Amino acid sequence: MLRLFGPLIAPIVGLGFIAALILAIITASYESEPATAAHEFHLHPKPLHLASDGMLGKFDRQQLQRGFQVYKEVCSACHSARLVAFRDLSEIGFTVPEVKAIAKNWATEVPSVNPETGEPATRKALPSDYIPSPYANETAARAANNNALPPDLSLITKAREGGAPYVHSLLTGYRDPNTYRNEKGEALPADAKPSANLHFNPYYANLNFAMPPPLVADGQVSYADGTKASVDQMAQDVSAFLVWTAEPKLENRHRTGVAVVIFLLIATTLAYFSYQNIWAGRKH
Amino acid sequence: MSFPWAQHYAPKHPVMQWLDQRLPVPRLVYNAVGAGYPVPRNLNYFWNFGVLAGAALGIQIITGIVLAMHYAANGAIAFDSVEQIMRDVNSGWLLRYAHANGASFFFIVVYIHIFRGLFYGSYKAPREMVWLLGVVIFLLMMATAFMGYVLPWGQMSFWGAQVITGFFSAIPVVGDPIRIWLLGGFAPDNAALNRFFSLHYLLPFVIAGVIILHIWALHIPGSNNPTGVDVKGPQDTVPFHPYYTAKDGFGLGVFLTLFALVLFFAPNALGHPDNYIPANPLSTPAHIVPEWYFLPFYAILKAFTFNFLWIPAKLWGVMAMFGSILLLFFLPWIDRSPVRSANYRPKYKWFFWMLVVDVLVLGYLGQAEPTVLVVLGSQVCAAYYFAHFLIILPIISRIERPLPLPNSITESVLHGEKAEAAPFGTQTA
Amino acid sequence: MATLEQTDGPADGHSGDGTRRRDFINIAAVSFAGIGAATVLIPLVNQMNPSADVLALASIEVDLAAIKPGQAIKTSWRKQPVFIRNLMPKEIAEANAVDASSLRDPATLAERTKEGHNNWLITMGVCTHLGCVPLGAGEGEARGDFGGYFCPCHGSHYDTAARIRKGPAPLNLHVPDYAFKSDTVVQIG
Repeated sequence: MLRLFGPLIAPIVGLGFIAALILAIITASYESEPATAAHEFHLHPKPLHLASDGMLGKFDRQQLQRGFQVYKEVCSACHSARLVAFRDLSEIGFTVPEVKAIAKNWATEVPSVNPETGEPATRKALPSDYIPSPYANETAARAANNNALPPDLSLITKAREGGAPYVHSLLTGYRDPNTYRNEKGEALPADAKPSANLHFNPYYANLNFAMPPPLVADGQVSYADGTKASVDQMAQDVSAFLVWTAEPKLENRHRTGVAVVIFLLIATTLAYFSYQNIWAGRKH
Repeated sequence: MSFPWAQHYAPKHPVMQWLDQRLPVPRLVYNAVGAGYPVPRNLNYFWNFGVLAGAALGIQIITGIVLAMHYAANGAIAFDSVEQIMRDVNSGWLLRYAHANGASFFFIVVYIHIFRGLFYGSYKAPREMVWLLGVVIFLLMMATAFMGYVLPWGQMSFWGAQVITGFFSAIPVVGDPIRIWLLGGFAPDNAALNRFFSLHYLLPFVIAGVIILHIWALHIPGSNNPTGVDVKGPQDTVPFHPYYTAKDGFGLGVFLTLFALVLFFAPNALGHPDNYIPANPLSTPAHIVPEWYFLPFYAILKAFTFNFLWIPAKLWGVMAMFGSILLLFFLPWIDRSPVRSANYRPKYKWFFWMLVVDVLVLGYLGQAEPTVLVVLGSQVCAAYYFAHFLIILPIISRIERPLPLPNSITESVLHGEKAEAAPFGTQTA
Repeated sequence: MATLEQTDGPADGHSGDGTRRRDFINIAAVSFAGIGAATVLIPLVNQMNPSADVLALASIEVDLAAIKPGQAIKTSWRKQPVFIRNLMPKEIAEANAVDASSLRDPATLAERTKEGHNNWLITMGVCTHLGCVPLGAGEGEARGDFGGYFCPCHGSHYDTAARIRKGPAPLNLHVPDYAFKSDTVVQIG
């Protein structure tokens, strides 16, 4: 028996899979799910063009410094950027003394230990420190924000579908839920309207976003380089800055990439002619 | 092994002669991938992919060893150590992106290599062992890639580990103890991360060992070729070196150029944004998906949404997913057609392309949100996948009438031009 | 059985000129592969050099205000101990009384301190013999026969200017690069 059926076990199991699937297909119910408000009203990010885009993209350092200013004066009140060290800021054009001053004057101090008593304490930040979190821990952060956790921003443009354009759209995308109309001219259904502590934003996946609008008025920050600080400008600048925090080696990568690809194209062309030469006159 | 007309290693330099009598490694290389290995003269570009897979493994091992010098396999700092590699380690971003995208390119190359074998019947006698070892390599690659994806300890790492080790809990009675044993805990944590790192470092060397067996087994009958016709004489072959080293060199250049384009200009295109969020056991991502190279199998897993014959849906899914790969072990005995190459099998050729489309559609469905249509689609495609191997292949290998085969490789290449019919290399001016 | 040379190649019926051009292309292709492989080695080797976060800690600032004359502190710089001693006038006098040229590693106290801050002796706390940490910086530790530092591993005695006087060590305790940022703040490295 075993000898006869042994080799057949595999096909029998496999045919079992097919039988099970066919049964499922026959008996399945084909009711389609109702479309949700999130489906009808959710918007994809608006296009955003940054100097760092494309194969040859480079950072616009003026813009990164402006974006840093927006982060420092607005975002950093709630959001950490724990993977970015103050010393890294010299890469976006700050001088060493400037970096030192930025670290020293940062609103939040760095956790430390009192050398006399051993009690937890804080000290002024040094360039080698990472940008400190405004909250001691996650619980404190949630407690201060209606139980919503402000995410760390270091990697945000790589950690969200849509990247920098999504951040820009989100920052400029707050709308009044009572007057908002989607592309088809429909008003927001009552059950999709934000509850207390939530804010309507069609660029956010479920439309109701815990973060209150952070950029509310033109001129909220005053740029040293004289750029007019419109809400859109500030949102663009901070998005550009967050591209840098997420991928500080981007310029390096683009530059190396161009050199490597050019080298490989030449090498591959040579390899092709070498191959053709070696096979010259040979049918294959 | 090999053909009687293979060139013989005859070192001229006294040092090489001395070495050859004591440790004949150069002779081994000469016979394996040098002038001592006669290869059919008519191989097309699809035969480049074996060498490319070897190159991809080499890239992974070298970049991996280097990354292990900086990576810390500890749940508290694993994510940050990867970011430290990206930001602070000299050329760390290059090494890490090369390793992450190298895995994807390794799978691209291996999938083409596998489908090459399916199209040209390279799994058939006398090369069954080559095929079986290849499937073993594929399984080892999947295990290695899965564990490697866990190491950065992002959200997809964590939840991928949760889902994949969850497969084991589908096994009745012993499933849960096995899962807990695998993880060294009740959910993925330090213990799991450490053992995954250890095994992720070990398995590539096991793969390299099986590759040696794979090549050894290949050298007994010699390489298959696009006609599937056996080598009949010296005029059918050329020495591997310089003919195929040159061709593989060109192929490697094209491969590296494409690799560099992705690595330098779209390094995150094949990854998932959620893996840039540190692992959080208290919050599941909206949509858990594996890396793209697992998507067809993931679709098969998800296709089973119902209990059938007292077996729960989850167990069906897990069995079918593993079954879809284990099935490949039986392929040499499922397909009984004596003709190897699909070029001479009009019906098989058609169904081969159906299978390619089926697997691509499964891949698409694997990452789609599970709406009614997606589930239905993956059920149809999964059923077709099994039907291809278990119903269609046995039937067409019986009823198909193959096209007439050429008498020899040389005949198929030359179409009657006799002048060149002499063996390569023996002609003189 | 074929008896083919590796260099024999596929050629037949070509002029000598053609052969040379063909060889040139093969050599160029192989050379390019070699150059590429060698270039790839650069990042693979360079990644072992200190990373940016390590280099960021390569220079530290130390506040000297709390160190009274006669006291010394041990601080850590580049993961190695640094001794900072506030010399008493007596110790300075002892150090200056020695004829520097008679020493194993000739140097005067003035050469080993900064102009105007001669009482601040800043040295590495790493014995020049085999790298142990000498005693003497901590309160109540043995300071050796010459009143400076004493390395217990193999008995090297350093004087009040941290110069080697007795024992196997070949050199004085190393003085790192440092600069006074103000009268009480010194930057090491």
